[in-house]
Amino acid sequence: MSFINYAAREINCKLVYYGPGLGGKTTNLQQIYARIDPKSKGKLISLATRTERTLFFDFLPLDLGTVRGFKTRFHLYTVPGQVFYDASRKLILKGADGVVFVADSQVERMEANLESLENLEENLAEQGQNLDTLPHVMQYNKRDLPNVVSMTDLQAALNKRNAPWCEACATKGIGVFETLKASAKLVLTDLKKKVGG
Amino acid sequence: MDTPWGDLFLFAEDEQRLVAMLGHLCQDAKARAAFLVDQNGRLIAASGDTTGLDTTALASLVAGGIAATGSLARLVGERAFSGLFHEGERSHLYITVLDEGLILVVSFDRSSSAGLVRFRVRRASEEIGQVFTEITGRVAGPRAELAQITDEDIENLLSN
Repeated sequence: MSFINYAAREINCKLVYYGPGLGGKTTNLQQIYARIDPKSKGKLISLATRTERTLFFDFLPLDLGTVRGFKTRFHLYTVPGQVFYDASRKLILKGADGVVFVADSQVERMEANLESLENLEENLAEQGQNLDTLPHVMQYNKRDLPNVVSMTDLQAALNKRNAPWCEACATKGIGVFETLKASAKLVLTDLKKKVGG
Repeated sequence: MDTPWGDLFLFAEDEQRLVAMLGHLCQDAKARAAFLVDQNGRLIAASGDTTGLDTTALASLVAGGIAATGSLARLVGERAFSGLFHEGERSHLYITVLDEGLILVVSFDRSSSAGLVRFRVRRASEEIGQVFTEITGRVAGPRAELAQITDEDIENLLSN
């Protein structure tokens, strides 16, 4: 649900990073926060447990620049990936203009990826949304690890809608901005279609 | 607590009306500042002394808190908890959800009291709610500027 503020000449969009626990959602936001120009970012807020697992959400506001006189502001959120935090995930997902699904490429996390993707689809359905229409990007994270599933198999298992995708190693910042750009592009294009005709 | 509106368009005159109403509320409640936040954590309007306050972070955290509290309310069989009061040593926050799904936040200190703030908020809520219903209920006027955005504009924006 985009918020277009003609008074402040701002377009506000919400982008939610979703995916299995320990997949790298928070790391994506931390890397963006660390590398982006201080003038373009707000405070990174993490509501985490003592062991730094996301408890409720991480939040990072970003200014991506100006388009046709409108400042484009993106609010990036992560959801907690652990299975039992589903109530929190539903709350964060509400009103999302786009989703980044951060999959963990390791063989032993394939089941968790599938479970999380299914959970995303269920939670979207509850809100009357679905991945056929909601802009989303797949990020295959941890590509630097030795025990990863092949890209062909990941795509076949997780990206049935053929959404844009990126390979990433979020801890090194690889693929993080590509993912952000791809998602921002989809969200803005979708917004233009919806409100601009 | 679903957001009862879709994409939200706020024009200069809308913002002026909301800011004026928040200004009156601050005055009447002897509050430091008042904010309107949507349930997705976006700041819609603010009035009063916001110096040194990260209003973007405030909006996001308030919406998160309200969302969690709403779920808590349902767990104990309530439709919602109507107000939230955060008491600090020097600063306090009173947060309430309007019927329109909008969140009204009032920041105040020792110059006021929770009772006065609650009373004034109750009186102001209706008026703010009515204006907001007008804003969300109208057909979103001039969209031409957004229609002019090209794929190239988007590419250029993201290439920087």
